[in-house]
Amino acid sequence: MHRNLSSSQIQRLFQHGDRPWNIGVIAAALIVPALMLAIGWMLWRDSAAARLAYGWNFLTPTLNASWNPVADEFQAWPFIYGTMLTSITALILSLPVSLGAAIFLAEISPNWLYQPLSWMAELLAAIPSVIYGLWGIFIFLPKVVTPIGNALFLMLGSTPWLGKFFEGPVPVSGSSRLAASLILAIMITPTIAAVTRDVFLAIPITQREASLALGATHWETIWQVLFPYGLSGILGAVILGLGRALGETMAVTMVIGNSIEGSLSLLRPGYTMSSLIANEFAEATGILHSQALIEIGLILFIMTLILNMAARYLVWRVARRNPQEART
Amino acid sequence: MTQFSQSRLDSIDIAFYHTRLSYNRRKITNQIMLIFTGILTSLALLPLVWIISYVVYKGGQYLSLDFFTQMPKPLGMEGGGVLHAIEGTIILTVLGGVIAIPPALLAAIYAAYHSNTILGIAVRFGTDVLSGVPSIIVGLFVYALVVKNQGHYSALAGGIALAIIIFPTIVRTTEEMIKLTPRTLREGSLALGAPEWKTTLSVTLVAAANGIVTGILLGLARASGETAPLLFTALGNENYEIGKIISSGVANRQGLLAILNRIFEQPVDSLPLTLWKYAQQPYPERISQSWAAALVLMILILVLNIATRIWLQRRMSRLQGR
Repeated sequence: MHRNLSSSQIQRLFQHGDRPWNIGVIAAALIVPALMLAIGWMLWRDSAAARLAYGWNFLTPTLNASWNPVADEFQAWPFIYGTMLTSITALILSLPVSLGAAIFLAEISPNWLYQPLSWMAELLAAIPSVIYGLWGIFIFLPKVVTPIGNALFLMLGSTPWLGKFFEGPVPVSGSSRLAASLILAIMITPTIAAVTRDVFLAIPITQREASLALGATHWETIWQVLFPYGLSGILGAVILGLGRALGETMAVTMVIGNSIEGSLSLLRPGYTMSSLIANEFAEATGILHSQALIEIGLILFIMTLILNMAARYLVWRVARRNPQEART
Repeated sequence: MTQFSQSRLDSIDIAFYHTRLSYNRRKITNQIMLIFTGILTSLALLPLVWIISYVVYKGGQYLSLDFFTQMPKPLGMEGGGVLHAIEGTIILTVLGGVIAIPPALLAAIYAAYHSNTILGIAVRFGTDVLSGVPSIIVGLFVYALVVKNQGHYSALAGGIALAIIIFPTIVRTTEEMIKLTPRTLREGSLALGAPEWKTTLSVTLVAAANGIVTGILLGLARASGETAPLLFTALGNENYEIGKIISSGVANRQGLLAILNRIFEQPVDSLPLTLWKYAQQPYPERISQSWAAALVLMILILVLNIATRIWLQRRMSRLQGR
């Protein structure tokens, strides 16, 4: 049965335009999870041939792995190792600095200093990665990394266990995993510091007052009361920083030296997963070559996904524990 | 007996002495650690000063008007500019914004008003996680999605990649801003009989406009500095000149759509891409140009950042003052 709808019926059907509006809003909201799924699925689909061809052998930890596009021999271990080593070293280097900065910003700095310092941290985070890389190549490597690298080599190069990580010689240019770690440490410090600062600011003021009333000093309050209270949030901040470091591409590509060699050393050139993709993907002509690169992308995606989800969960937990009492 | 009490007195004395000592020690530890955090803060911010001053110093030496208005000269020749990269940066950033902003606003509206539904939580959690996805992965994704299907690198693919990068930033800031607008505004509009969509578009979004624009500008600033997602989507193109494309299009009596299509279907360069390529070339001229490109890029991004933050702060203090 067909009949013409009157305008009031149309209005009722569309609820004065709210029904299409709501559909549009929900569709837009669905983009977010859909995008995540689509990224994962695309990487999974486009690495099928490589996964089939190499299986778990692709990931085997080995010192003399091969990456040979001509012979179609690909193993991901040197890149996974490079990414992990540089990121974790960066994290260790950055942790005391960013914790100290966060404590200073949240607990110590006077009001007139808080705003400009927070802005400076945000500007540091806003500087594009390539500019870090450019500064790294021409200033940071020769002036900082090479001397530090040589000193480390002299001090630790011949110790029995640790020595493996400090084998030399440091390249004259300074391009090394150490360089990448230091640049990454600089880049993730504002991220970790900002999130940790927010965690400290979310801790109820009653915790501070109680501790100070018991006679604790300012520092004891920070270290023995606030730090344990916000620990899971701080852990979240640290994991977030690690996620940033894992995925960072341009600056690392410019300073790490991009070479595959069977060494564990921090002082030698290396390669990371993201810098490999950046360097080779546009020129990868073989199907297996490009698929192996996409598989490396998939591994990186899964690693950052897990880290990010864990980090966000931890930070949320602190923020939700006491939303009313938060200081901000 | 006396001996015992004497030793007891001694031990009390010693205990007292120790508390004094440890009190002093605690006080000193407190001072030292508080100062130490200040030192660590300046250590964290030292690279900012170092990088900015060096980029200004090195880039400032080379920068001239030619740098903005000339196309690149062949390798090894003096002079030439990066007009193509500046045009490309603008095209890519605008394209990324145009693609990302409408759905990001809608998603933020959903997340702000349905924060406790499953989808609302998924949006907020998803945007947080999405902003942590490495930008090179976004590049790979857009390559698989667009470049492979189109069969060639293009500005369109680069724009889509940048859109994915800025999408979460815009969603999060817009959501925060909408939540800051007074409920009464919205209720007043609904009570007057305005439908939900009209209320949201012409009352809520307008009330939150300053903050939303801030979020968008910060997102665009970040996008204009991205390199990794453009490596295999926009690729780079030293012959890209919008003026030429438009004038040849007009001369051939092509329509607006055809001209736009020609602008978007070609690979383009951007400032960070050019900077990256030039920095690796063994020609001093090119390296100077990459410092100059870094300076231009840095000024663009820092000015956008500082200006929007000042603006936002004024806006927030006015809101809180009310």
